[in-house]
Amino acid sequence: MTPTRKRRLIVISLVVAAVAIATTLSVIALQQSMTYLFSPSEVRAGSPPKLARFRLGGVVEEQSIKRANDSLKVDFVVTDRFQTIPVEYTGILPDLFREGQSVVATGAMQDGRFVATEVLAKHDETYMPPEVANAIAKAKAAHVDHASASSSPGGIQ
Amino acid sequence: MIPELGQLALILALLLAAAQCVLPILGAQIGNRALIGVARPAVAGQAVFVVLAFVILTYAFVTQDFSVKYVTLNSNRLLPWYYRFSAVWGAHEGSLLLWVLILNVWTVAVATFSHRLPDAFIARVLGVLGFISLGFLLFTVLTSNPFERALPMPFDGNDLNPVLQDPGLIMHPPMLYTGYVGFSVAFSFALAALIGGELDVRWVRWARPWTNVAWGFLTLGIALGSWWAYYTLGWGGWWFWDPVENASFMPWLVGTALIHSQAVTEKRGSFRAWTLLLAIFAFSLSLLGTFLVRSGVLTSVHAFASDPKRGLFILVFLAIVIGGSLLIYALRAPKVAGGEPFAAISRETLLLVNNLMFVCAAAMVLLGTLYPLLGEALNLGRISVGPPYFGFMFVLLMLPVAVLMPFGPFLRWRSGNWRAALGALKPALMAAVGLAVLAVILARVLADGLPFKAIAGAAASIWVGLGIILYALARWRNAPRGRRYTPEMFGMILAHFGVAIFLAGVLIVEATNVEKDIKLGRNESVEIGGYIFRFDGVTSAAGPNFKADQGTLTVLKNDAVVATLKPQKRQYSRGTQVQTQSAIDPGLFRDIYVALGEPIGTDGAWAVRIYIKPFVRWIWLGALFMMLGGFVAAADRRFRALPDAERSADSATTPAAPLPAATPASAKASA
Repeated sequence: MTPTRKRRLIVISLVVAAVAIATTLSVIALQQSMTYLFSPSEVRAGSPPKLARFRLGGVVEEQSIKRANDSLKVDFVVTDRFQTIPVEYTGILPDLFREGQSVVATGAMQDGRFVATEVLAKHDETYMPPEVANAIAKAKAAHVDHASASSSPGGIQ
Repeated sequence: MIPELGQLALILALLLAAAQCVLPILGAQIGNRALIGVARPAVAGQAVFVVLAFVILTYAFVTQDFSVKYVTLNSNRLLPWYYRFSAVWGAHEGSLLLWVLILNVWTVAVATFSHRLPDAFIARVLGVLGFISLGFLLFTVLTSNPFERALPMPFDGNDLNPVLQDPGLIMHPPMLYTGYVGFSVAFSFALAALIGGELDVRWVRWARPWTNVAWGFLTLGIALGSWWAYYTLGWGGWWFWDPVENASFMPWLVGTALIHSQAVTEKRGSFRAWTLLLAIFAFSLSLLGTFLVRSGVLTSVHAFASDPKRGLFILVFLAIVIGGSLLIYALRAPKVAGGEPFAAISRETLLLVNNLMFVCAAAMVLLGTLYPLLGEALNLGRISVGPPYFGFMFVLLMLPVAVLMPFGPFLRWRSGNWRAALGALKPALMAAVGLAVLAVILARVLADGLPFKAIAGAAASIWVGLGIILYALARWRNAPRGRRYTPEMFGMILAHFGVAIFLAGVLIVEATNVEKDIKLGRNESVEIGGYIFRFDGVTSAAGPNFKADQGTLTVLKNDAVVATLKPQKRQYSRGTQVQTQSAIDPGLFRDIYVALGEPIGTDGAWAVRIYIKPFVRWIWLGALFMMLGGFVAAADRRFRALPDAERSADSATTPAAPLPAATPASAKASA
C-alpha cells in the first residue's frame, strides 16, 4: 500500500468510526430527552406509560385557575373539550397563560393529577401550536366516532 | 396611491431579477459579451426598486397609513416613532421584504467590488444571486404582499406585538438577516465556480472576506437575539435550543467551518470540493432557517400564527435551490476538486477536525430540530426533543475543538511539530490544570464547594485564552517588525480569544447561577446568594402606549444599597396581552435579575422571580470578540491585492513554504 493510500484508509476509517459513535450517542441522547405530547382524552385512555414524563397539551379550562394564598402553587384544568385533567404547578406562569388559551405543560401524573414542572404558552395570542390543535382535533374525531358507534345497535360500549 | 407604487416597484424588481438571473448566465455559457453585460445594470435596477418598495412601506408605517393591511396589523396610533421603523420587519411580509432588501445590498456590493474578477465568472455569480432574489420576490408578490389594502380603512391599528416593542428587536432581525443572506455570496461563488467548471484559488481569496463579514453579522445577530430573549422573555435564560434559535445556529456552525476551510483552500489549495460543499450547506441552512421560522411547522416559543401555503412555497423553493445546487455539485465537483498532500500532524489536519466537529454539530442540531417533524411523518406520535439532548451532544462535540484549538496556530501548514507546539503551550496547560486542581482542593476544603462545570469552564477558558495569547506573544518575538500581525491573523486572535471568554461565561453561569421563584409580601426581605432583596411593593406606572404594575426591589449587601430594581408587568392599550418587563442590575461579574409574576392573595404580596447570574455578560462579550475578529480579518488588504501582486503578498503572510504548483486530486490518488 502506498503511503497516500494508507493515509486515506486511516482517514476514512476514522471518519466512519466518528460517524458511528456520533450516531449512537445522538440516538441515545434523543431517546432520553424525547417527550411525547398527549391530549387529556389520550391520557384518560391510558396512552402515556405510567410514571413517565410527557407533555400535556390542550386549553386551560375557563374558571379553573386557583392560586394558593400563601405560596406559588397554582391549580388549573387542561381540557380538550371532551376530557379534563387537573394540573398542579408551583412557580411563575408565562405571560400568555390564560383561561381559554392553549397551553403545553411538561410533567408526570401523580395520583390522578398532572404535576407540571414546566408550563409553556405562546408569544401570540391567536396562535395554537399545531400539535395541540391536532390533539384536540383527534379527541373530537374520537368523540364523534364513539358517539356514532354507541348509538348504532351492537356498537362497542 | 403610494402603496400601489410599492407593489409596482416589487413587480418591476421581480422582472429585473429574472433578467439578472437568466441573461448573464446564458451569456457566460455561450460567450456572449452583450448578455454578460446585462448583469450589473440589472443588479442596480433591481436594487433601486427594492429600496423604493422598502421606503414606501416604511413611509406607510411612519405616517400611519392604516389603509395598508400590514400596517393595521402591526402598528397603532400610540406606537412611538422609533418602533414604527422597526415595526416594518415586525411580522412576516415586512421581514421578507427586509430579507430581499439585504440580499440586494449584498448583490450591489458584489457587483461593485468585483471588477478585478473575470467577467464571465462574475456574471454567473450575479446570475445565481439573481435567482435567489427572484425566488424571494416571487414569494413576496404571490403569497405575502405587504402592500395589500384594508378597506374600509380602520380607524386604528392592532398594535405591534408587545414582545417586539423593544430596543433589542430594532437591531436583531437586520443583523441576523445580514448574516444569513451574506452566505449567499459564498454560495453563488461556489455555484458559479461549479457551473463554469473551474475554481481559481484567487476567487476563493476574493470570497473570503465576504464570508467573514457575513459570519460576523450572523454572530452579532444571534448574540443580540440571545440577549433580547434574556431580558425580555422574563425567563432569564440566554439559550433555549428552540427550533427558531437552532435555525439561526445551524448556518453559524457551518459558516464557522466554512471560514476555516476557505482559509485552507485559499492558502494551500486543499479542501477545494469540501469548501464548495460547505458554501452550499451554509446557505441552504439559512434558507431552511427561513422556512422553519416562516412556515410555522415547528412548535416554538417564537412561533407566530402562519399560513401553510407560504410554507409550501418556501419548501418548493428550498427543494429547487438545495436539490439543484447539490446536483450541480455532484456533476461538476470532480472537475474542480484537488489539493495538496499534508501530514497527519499539520495545521490542515486540525482544521479538518474543526470542520468535522462543526459540521457534525450542525447535523446534530438539524436532527434534533427536525426529529419532531420526522416523528409526525412516521406516525411515532407527537414528540419534542428537549435541551438535554442538544446540551449533551454539543458539549461532547465541542470538547475536542476546545482542546485542540490552541494547537492550530502553532502548527505549520503541511507538516507540523506537535512537540514544539505543546512546548510553546506549556504555560497555558499548566495554568489550566493548576487552576482546576486548586479549585478541586478548595472545593474539598470549603464545604459548599464549586461545581465541576464551573471549574471545567474556567480551566477550558484559560487553556484557550492563554493559548492564543501565547501565540500572539510568540509572533511578537519571532516575526519581523511590521509583519507581526496581519489583520487576518489579528482577527483570528480576537475571535479565538472571544471563544475563551464565551466558554468562561457559559460554563460558569450554567453551573453557579441562582434561580428563585418566591412569594414576597410588602416590605418583606429575602436573602439570596449573599444579597438581601427587599420588596417595597407595587405601584402603577405608565408608558406611551401601556400601563404597568411596577414593583420596587431594593438590593442590599452588607447594609449598603447595591441597586434599586423596578420590574414591570405591562398591559398594552390594544389587546389583552400582558408583558413582563424584567429589571436587571448588570455587571461584568454578575447580573442581578428580577421579574414580577402574579399577585398572590389580597394583601399586596407578589410572586417574584429572582436570579443571580455570574459571568452571564461574558457570553455576549465573547460573541462580540468573535464578531470583531471576523470583521478585522475581512479588512486584510491581502484579500484585495491585485492578482499580479499575489506572490509577494503570499510570502509575507504565509509562514509555510511558498505555494507549490497545484496537483489535481486524481493525480495524487493514482500516485
